[in-house]
Amino acid sequence: MPTLDPHPPGLLILRSPAAARLGVIAVLLGTWEIAAGWFVDKMFLSPPSQVFGSLDVVLRTPGVTEALKLTFSQIGAAFTISVAVGLAVGLALGFHRFSHRSLLPIVLLLYGIPQVTILPLFILYFGIGSASKIAFGVSHGIFPIVLTTAAGAQNIKPILLLSARSMGASSAQIFRWVVFPHMIPSFFAGMRLGMSGVLLGVLLAELYVSQAGIGYFTTLFTQSLDPTKLLGLVSLLAAMAIALNELVRRAETRFSRFRSV
Amino acid sequence: MSKNSDAAARERLVARAAQGSFLAGLVVLWYLATNAWDVSPLLLPKPQAVMRELGSVLRSGEFVGDLRITLGELGAAFAISATGGLVLGYCVSQSRYWTRVLEPLLSAVYAIPIILFLPLYVLFFGLGPASKIALGATISFFPIALSTVAGFASVEPIYVTAARSMGCSSYQLFRWVLLPAALPVILTGLRMGFTVALLAILGSETISSVAGLGHRIVSLGENMHMARMFAYILFVVAIAVSLNAVVSALELRGRRTY
Repeated sequence: MPTLDPHPPGLLILRSPAAARLGVIAVLLGTWEIAAGWFVDKMFLSPPSQVFGSLDVVLRTPGVTEALKLTFSQIGAAFTISVAVGLAVGLALGFHRFSHRSLLPIVLLLYGIPQVTILPLFILYFGIGSASKIAFGVSHGIFPIVLTTAAGAQNIKPILLLSARSMGASSAQIFRWVVFPHMIPSFFAGMRLGMSGVLLGVLLAELYVSQAGIGYFTTLFTQSLDPTKLLGLVSLLAAMAIALNELVRRAETRFSRFRSV
Repeated sequence: MSKNSDAAARERLVARAAQGSFLAGLVVLWYLATNAWDVSPLLLPKPQAVMRELGSVLRSGEFVGDLRITLGELGAAFAISATGGLVLGYCVSQSRYWTRVLEPLLSAVYAIPIILFLPLYVLFFGLGPASKIALGATISFFPIALSTVAGFASVEPIYVTAARSMGCSSYQLFRWVLLPAALPVILTGLRMGFTVALLAILGSETISSVAGLGHRIVSLGENMHMARMFAYILFVVAIAVSLNAVVSALELRGRRTY
C-alpha cells in the first residue's frame, strides 16, 4: 500500500540533490520576487520576472551590445597576454634554478601588493581607453599563471628526467615526452586561476572609469535609478563570467586526464 | 655533508643579493628617470619628493581618519562574513544531503567576480561605508563558508564513531574531535576571506566612495598631487602587507595550537 510509504511521492523528487538545488534557486528567486514586488521601493529593486523579461530592452539600449563586445575583447586580449608572458616567465623561473631562488620571492612580493591601490596609476599611464583595462587585467591574471607554471616545472620528479636521459633521450625528446606532459595539469590550473584574475582586473578597471564599456552603462543605470536595466546587465555579465570560468575549468579536467595515461 | 650545506648557504646568499640588487636597481632607475631623464613629474614623481610627502603624511597624522574608516569597514565586513560563513558552513556540513545540495551552489557563486555587483550595492546602500561593508562581507563570505563545509566534511567518520562509542557528549565531540580536525581548513578559509575582504573594500573605495584610504588615493590623483598620491600608495601597500602578514601568522599559530 502506498500509504505505508513515509515519503509522499511529491517530496520524492527532493531526494535528488540536483532537484533540491533547483528548488533552492527557485525559493531564492521567489523571495526576491516577493521582496521586490511588495516590500522594497521600485526605485532600487526590480522583481526577477521583470529583470529577465526585459533583457532584450537592455540589449537594445544603444551601445550596450558594443560595450559587451568591447569588454569581452578586453578580457580576451588580457588573457592571451597573461598566458603568453606568464608561461614564458613561469618556465624560465621553473627550469632555471638560480632565477627560481632569486626571482620567485620578487614575484611573490609583487603578487602580495594589493593591486587595486595602484589602479589610478594604470589609468594615468595607459589612458582611460581599452589599454588600461587590458593592462590591469594582465596584472591580475599573470601572477597565478607564472606561479603555477613555475611550480609545475619544479615538481617534475628528477628520477623521470634521469631515467629518460640514461635511456639516451635528447633534450628535445625529454621536453616533448617527459616535461611537456607533466606540465599540462599545472598549466591548465594556472589558466583557470589566471582567467578569474583577468575577469576581476578588467571588471575593476571598467567599473573605475569607462567611456564606452560596460562600466559606463552600470554607472548610467545606477545614476538614473534604473534597477531593471542594471540588474539585467549585471546578470548578463555574471553569466559571461560563469561561462568563461566554466570553459577553462572544462579544459583543465579534460587535459589533466592525459597525464595518468 | 658540510660542503653541501656550505654551497647551499652560498647560493642562498647570492639569491638574497640578487633580490636586493633588483629592488635597489628599481629605486635607482626611478631616481634616474625622474632626476636625469626628464620623465614628467605628473607621470612619475621624484622618489625624494615621495619620501618627503610620506614623512609629512605620517607626521601630520592626516591619514588617521581615512585609516579608521577603512579598518572599521574591514572589521565590520569580516565580522559579518566570518559569523555568517562559519554558522552556515557548520549547519550545512552537519547533513550530507544539504552539503550535496548547497556546496555546488556556493562554489558556483564563488566563481563569479562579485565586484560586478558593486553598482547594485551602491544603489542599495549608498556611497558611504555601508556599501563597502556589504560588498566586503559578501565577497569574503564564500571562501569562509566553503572552507567550513570542507573542513567539517573532511573529519574521518571513524573518529566520530570512536568518540561516540566511548560515550562522549555532543559538546565534547565538537570540542575535542570535530573542531581540531576541521580547524586547519577553516583557518585557511578565514585568512582568504580576510584578504579578499581587504581587497574588496580598498577596491570599492577606489571605485565609488566619499571617504577611506582608497578614496584618498583617487582624489589626490584627480587633483594631480602625484607625490602625495604615491606616498599614500606606499602607505596603503605597507598596511595591507602587514595586515596580511599578521593574519598569516595567526593562522599558523592557530594550526600549531591543535
